[in-house]
Amino acid sequence: MKILVCIRRVPDTSENEIELNRAGNDIERDDLVYSVNEPDNYAVEEALQIVQKAGGEVTVITVGGEEDEEVLRREMAMGAHHGVLLSDDSFAGSDGRGIATILKAFVEKDGYDLILTGVQAEDGGAQVGGMLAAMLDYPFASLVTSIELLEGGKLQISREIEGGSREMNEIDLPCVLSIQTGINEPRYVGMRGIRQVASVPIPIVGASELDLEPALVGAAAAKVRRLDYFAPPAGKGARILQGSREEIAGELFELLKAKGGLN
Amino acid sequence: MDFDSPARATYWLIQGRILFIALYVLGTACFAWIVAKRLTPLRRARKDFRLDRPWMRIERILQYWLGQWRHPRYWGAGIIHVLIFAGFLILAMRAFALLIFGVSNNLVMPGGRAYGIVRDYAATVVFALMIVAAIRRTIFKPQRYRVPARFGKDRTAGAVFLLALIAVLMAADGLFDAARAAAHAESLPHGSLSWAFQKGLFFASLQTLWALYLGAYLLHGLTFFFLLCYRPFGVQFHVETSLFSIYFAKLERGTLKPVRWDVSEADLDQVKSLGVKTFEDFTWKHILDFYSCADCGRCSDQCPSNTAGRALSPRFFTLKARDYCYQHYPVLGRSGNGTRLVGSLYSEDEIWSCTTCGSCEAECPLLIEYIDKIVDLRRGLIDEGKVPQSLQKPLKALESRGNPYGKLEKKRADWAACGIRILNGNGNRADTLYFVDSITSYDERMQAIGRATARILGHAGLDFGILGACERDSGHDVRRFGEEMLFLSLREHNAEAIRASGVRRIVTADPHAFNALQHDYRDLPPVEHISQVIAREVEAGAVRFEPVANPDDVYTYHDPCYLGRHNQVFDEPRKVLDAIPGLKRVEMRRCRDRSFCCGGGGLALFYEPKEEERIGVKRVRMAAEAGASVIVTACPFCLTNIEDAIKVAGMEGTIAAIDLAELVEKQLEPRLHESVLISRGGRQI
Repeated sequence: MKILVCIRRVPDTSENEIELNRAGNDIERDDLVYSVNEPDNYAVEEALQIVQKAGGEVTVITVGGEEDEEVLRREMAMGAHHGVLLSDDSFAGSDGRGIATILKAFVEKDGYDLILTGVQAEDGGAQVGGMLAAMLDYPFASLVTSIELLEGGKLQISREIEGGSREMNEIDLPCVLSIQTGINEPRYVGMRGIRQVASVPIPIVGASELDLEPALVGAAAAKVRRLDYFAPPAGKGARILQGSREEIAGELFELLKAKGGLN
Repeated sequence: MDFDSPARATYWLIQGRILFIALYVLGTACFAWIVAKRLTPLRRARKDFRLDRPWMRIERILQYWLGQWRHPRYWGAGIIHVLIFAGFLILAMRAFALLIFGVSNNLVMPGGRAYGIVRDYAATVVFALMIVAAIRRTIFKPQRYRVPARFGKDRTAGAVFLLALIAVLMAADGLFDAARAAAHAESLPHGSLSWAFQKGLFFASLQTLWALYLGAYLLHGLTFFFLLCYRPFGVQFHVETSLFSIYFAKLERGTLKPVRWDVSEADLDQVKSLGVKTFEDFTWKHILDFYSCADCGRCSDQCPSNTAGRALSPRFFTLKARDYCYQHYPVLGRSGNGTRLVGSLYSEDEIWSCTTCGSCEAECPLLIEYIDKIVDLRRGLIDEGKVPQSLQKPLKALESRGNPYGKLEKKRADWAACGIRILNGNGNRADTLYFVDSITSYDERMQAIGRATARILGHAGLDFGILGACERDSGHDVRRFGEEMLFLSLREHNAEAIRASGVRRIVTADPHAFNALQHDYRDLPPVEHISQVIAREVEAGAVRFEPVANPDDVYTYHDPCYLGRHNQVFDEPRKVLDAIPGLKRVEMRRCRDRSFCCGGGGLALFYEPKEEERIGVKRVRMAAEAGASVIVTACPFCLTNIEDAIKVAGMEGTIAAIDLAELVEKQLEPRLHESVLISRGGRQI
């Protein structure tokens, strides 16, 4: 099976102190460390586990610049067979639809049986997977929490639905799935692994190789523009419970019951 | 009738000499075959360099093998073992002489009459101890011999069978002597086993005596060779292997074995596979260790992980490996080649459960190594990417931010807001470097240790500074959790920063950093733990203390593993405590080199094993048992675990924990402060 996993490089929320910049239209980007978007990492692990069982190859892909190569390498150190960087000056400033357009052009060129994305980018809107599926006219399932291969080009998947329940579906290949975290336990990538793939060439594919009309992507084609960032104002109503441990626990229990936190 | 050499006697129409030559050749050949088979995995194993410093190794033999140094740490079993061992040494010559009787006409015992008396009593003592040991195993059943269901069947029967064999050997020897003495009306040493037999044979006819004489001799020979060939199948093999295990034992404390003895650190990237994944990835010495284990159970009895009900038991870690080895390298049949150990023989949780506290290694009478094996297995897991999710985040943060919390590098020195000099190489120099390490730099509670340490150093008039944002995690536990490559990169960064700072010595208040800088780093200025610095200042009279505020408090000192057991700093912290006027100090049941780990530092703080009770809670209970109301420790990880454990145990209000540096800073006599600074020409920073 040929699997494509779309990944993204994001500021690591556990290793940065995210602050707004002065203008308030972006976060402060000095001194940030980046890593692969966490749900994407689960998607790559899932793809690796599928090819381990069923055979095939895993390709990881991202849209961005030279600096995004590091996340491709990290996922290749994990075991992905190929990495592709989609990069072109004309891609800059693309909105979600623009990114989906670029990915669609690549998928049409190369052909994949299964396309995985993370459920959402930590700095994004969970939109690319769905749009990509629609553009390709492939079936799509979001929030996927398990994948099982069935005979005859089908998958059985489960999706997380409201309240933590799971819904089982059958879906035809080729398809696009957005992967929820927790679907598996991603393997660890050590420094040795990264160094071992350091010299593996990563092809850079631009608009002309994809036969993409520049007018369809990039800032000019974007129909969603970010206007502002703001931190939510501190809310009211926080209460600190006081008393002995037993009293606090008892009062907390009553509060949770009263406000519907316990079923 | 003359009781002649059994060589001349006839056994079922066969001449004794021929029978015994056949027995000896067969027995020796069997033993040689079995030993050759046992050597096969050792030859297939990884290299291990153990031939250096022969004099030091001979010293080890004298102390731990001949001197049985560690046995009396467990009084009862220890004394029994020392006596049996001494008995065996005495009886070795007798055993060989007896064998020679079977093929030679000469019946003269070497060593003369004196040796005869000594070895007669030795055999008697050994015989009696076999009975004592059997009673101990079957009736008293010490807790540490118990086999939990998950580790298989009870091992008492095997142990008693071995004791019985030795008893038979002693009895046969005694009977042989007794029959002859009875026939010749000779006297035997009063009260010995053979003497008792002789008494029993008082009314026996010459014929009976002759039959017993020959029968006892044959029984002795058969038992001797049966035991010889039976030994390589179980705990009894240590009779042969312990000498080698101790000779080749690791000579250093606190260090870890290199990933590969035959590959330099720079070439590790080229190696196909790292760490131990299959049995053959162990080094030959580590496999020899598996053979040598005598199943005495002391390691697991001391092990905090085992005590807290975690998956790991060092005793069964070794015994499972030995069973695996005997199964895959059978004496008859083909040797099989390696399957993955973790996932079948060991669980991942078992391998991550070790706190590397070293209590098992400090206890093992045969100097068997555990930490190196566990770390090698972890290296294998890291290489395969099999790392618990709870450890992946801190490891990733250590890679990108140089600390396990993912905090910003530039905030590393925020705790030192009071203006401690930062040695960033831009003209800011000092004589002494205070290496802070991650937990003290970033953990709000532990920052108090940093501030106390800085104040003590200033008080003592030392010209010191810190690396600030240039410091990275020492990598001590990164290495012990098996991520060697990440450790090497952290070490390279720190070593460069330390050298660039131009300091002449290093002080730290974190025993993990202390151990790393001391043993894992190379060519650094001398390193000291703050307790050593304070002890010296106290001794010189440069630091004096106010009396304790509450004279009713009872203090106890908890030895951090990487300060005490791994680096033998036991006395200094105690001396410091005893220098505080009015401080009442008690020792816990487990202290000094038997100290009980707090639960583990470094990355162990992030790992959540399955356990019945927290290790730290057990430790806090021990302090309460000792009657202490204040636990003093000298390690930020110990303080974290113990403070948490006090809360978990619900003992807030009855027991408290404090770091030695914090306590010392609290008790510093303020008046002396200025005068010391002036007299020493130190500068306040």
